[in-house]
Amino acid sequence: MAQVSLRRIVKAYEGDVQAVKGIDLEIADHEFVVLVGPSGCGKSTTLRMIAGLEEITDGEIAIGGTIVNDIPPRDRDIAMVFQNYALYPHMSVYENMAFGLTLRKFPKAEIDKRVKEAARILDITPLLERKPKALSGGQRQRVAMGRAIVRDPKVFLFDEPLSNLDAKLRVQMRTEIKKVHQTVNTTTVYVTHDQVEAMTLADRVVVMNHGVIEQVGPPQELYHNPATRFVAGFIGSPAMNFIPARLEEASGALRLQLPQGIVLDVPEARTARYRQHAGKPVLFGIRPEHLTDDKPTDKTNPAPLSLTPEVIEPMGMETLAHFKLDGAEISARLDPATPASVGAPLRLIAHMDQMHLIDPTTDRVL
Amino acid sequence: MAADGSLAMSGTAGVSAGRANSLQRFARRRSTIAFVMTLPLLVVIVGLVAYPAAFGIYLSMLNRRMTAFAGTLNFELLFESETFWMVAFQSCFFAITAVLLKASIGFWLAHMLHHIPNNRQRKWRGMLLVPWVIPPALSTLGWWWMFDPSYSSINWLLSIISVPEVPWLGHHWWARIAIIMVNVWIGAPFFMIMYLAALKSVPEQLYEAAAIDGATSWQRLRYVTLPMMANIISITVLFSLIVTFANYDIVRVLTNGGPRDLTHVFASYAFQVGILSGNIPRGAAVSLFMFPILAICAFFVLRSVTRRNKEQM
Repeated sequence: MAQVSLRRIVKAYEGDVQAVKGIDLEIADHEFVVLVGPSGCGKSTTLRMIAGLEEITDGEIAIGGTIVNDIPPRDRDIAMVFQNYALYPHMSVYENMAFGLTLRKFPKAEIDKRVKEAARILDITPLLERKPKALSGGQRQRVAMGRAIVRDPKVFLFDEPLSNLDAKLRVQMRTEIKKVHQTVNTTTVYVTHDQVEAMTLADRVVVMNHGVIEQVGPPQELYHNPATRFVAGFIGSPAMNFIPARLEEASGALRLQLPQGIVLDVPEARTARYRQHAGKPVLFGIRPEHLTDDKPTDKTNPAPLSLTPEVIEPMGMETLAHFKLDGAEISARLDPATPASVGAPLRLIAHMDQMHLIDPTTDRVL
Repeated sequence: MAADGSLAMSGTAGVSAGRANSLQRFARRRSTIAFVMTLPLLVVIVGLVAYPAAFGIYLSMLNRRMTAFAGTLNFELLFESETFWMVAFQSCFFAITAVLLKASIGFWLAHMLHHIPNNRQRKWRGMLLVPWVIPPALSTLGWWWMFDPSYSSINWLLSIISVPEVPWLGHHWWARIAIIMVNVWIGAPFFMIMYLAALKSVPEQLYEAAAIDGATSWQRLRYVTLPMMANIISITVLFSLIVTFANYDIVRVLTNGGPRDLTHVFASYAFQVGILSGNIPRGAAVSLFMFPILAICAFFVLRSVTRRNKEQM
């Protein structure tokens, strides 16, 4: 078990393209950290640098207090699960899992014990004699995890391990991975582009974009207090609505002037925080779940507005309605019982205690 | 129903209509169409493989004048001949050594090329393929000049580093080595190109997984590269073994079987016995000798290839 430290990590490719631009990250012992971001944000490159599969252009990586910059992957005491599993097709499941231990010259009895224990945890004991070809995607994923578990390494690295599975299996394997981490409790760095995976698995989520870290924090913290417009828009599904607005002050109270003459009152609790931005254009951010149909509610500071839906998506437990407001795409989560129809104006309520204001020049949340 | 109806109405006309109908049905059957479509291939196989093979077997069972059936006499005489056993030994020694060297050198070259970045790889690949592209009879002639005792350029190079002159084509062991050298020079690029393609098809992540699992570069070769290439290695070795066993042109140009018939292989010996000495049945018997050996090799190699395919692909 060990902590992982990244200090001013830079990865540059030929032609001065920087994939990772000097990131700092401290991962605690036993922690489950998820690197999340759109493709090309540098998350996989960062993981591969921790693994030793990519050279580090600048900076320092330490695993368990030892700087590993010049240590080859095999001596870093890490285990990695790949997106396409990377199982050796000519070896049986047992041999695949035992391979790392055999190379490290573990006694046969110890190898056997560890492989069988990992197979028990992952529920793949009946598959041990099979070749990878005879396994389903989910089973292959378990074997790849088993190969990592038997090694009992300092750090587990997962590189988008669920991307090749179908939606249903992905949800199931996500739970499995969480269970396995709770059992073996090894420090884990997990890369994904799926924010739901990140939110459900992580102790802390690291949101990356364009080679830099946008924000690090526990999932709920990222959801409720995003630091930037990117994080606000990336975390949460459907994504947060952003509406161009103007913050105005009138007799000590603040209010937002939205397109089409819509005016929303800013709650008193936020006045002190936003006052200095009065008179400036801002981006009003509100999540679809905080833009609901007009019903008596115990939430504070409801602000009414009327919009005409363009698309209605009934999902069963809720209904999604999509609107357009002066070019901005907006969605709202409605009660399935609400009679909503395309083209008919709908009275909505914005829960202003959950609002966010973003400075359009810096893209930072105010 | 219509056929039955017409049959009931008038005798002869009904019968012929029924026959035409069943003929049409027969022509439309999938198996009939499949047979017709494979017919050209069958004709080619029968004409170019089965008939010559059968005729070869028939020839080998005739007497020298080809006037009477002699049974297995030609084979019996060959088994008693010391020269024949020497040729059998030389053929096996030549084919096995040359194929092993070609495979090892080809594998080594493929590995070297694989590690050159793609944009610079092409010109090396092109240059290394040259020996394989030149007609062997011509390139062997070039080698023959280089081995020539009077103006051997190889000996001249050796003399620079004070190595005494080598009787390349004068001594039978040196001549055998020379033949193998030329065959390897011509054949190694074929292995190189096959192995390079196979190397490119091994997923990079398997090497990464092995590196993380703790494999050294040698262990990655042993546990990832070689097993992943096992099929292509066995098929190329089998294919090359067959072609090398039947090699004729290099021996013919370089040594013509000499000195003292000690460098003959099956093909050149069969030509000497059958054509030059005019004993066609005996020559046919010589050339038929390698067939059972290769057939057994092919059976085992192809069986293991099929098994691996079933397990892994």
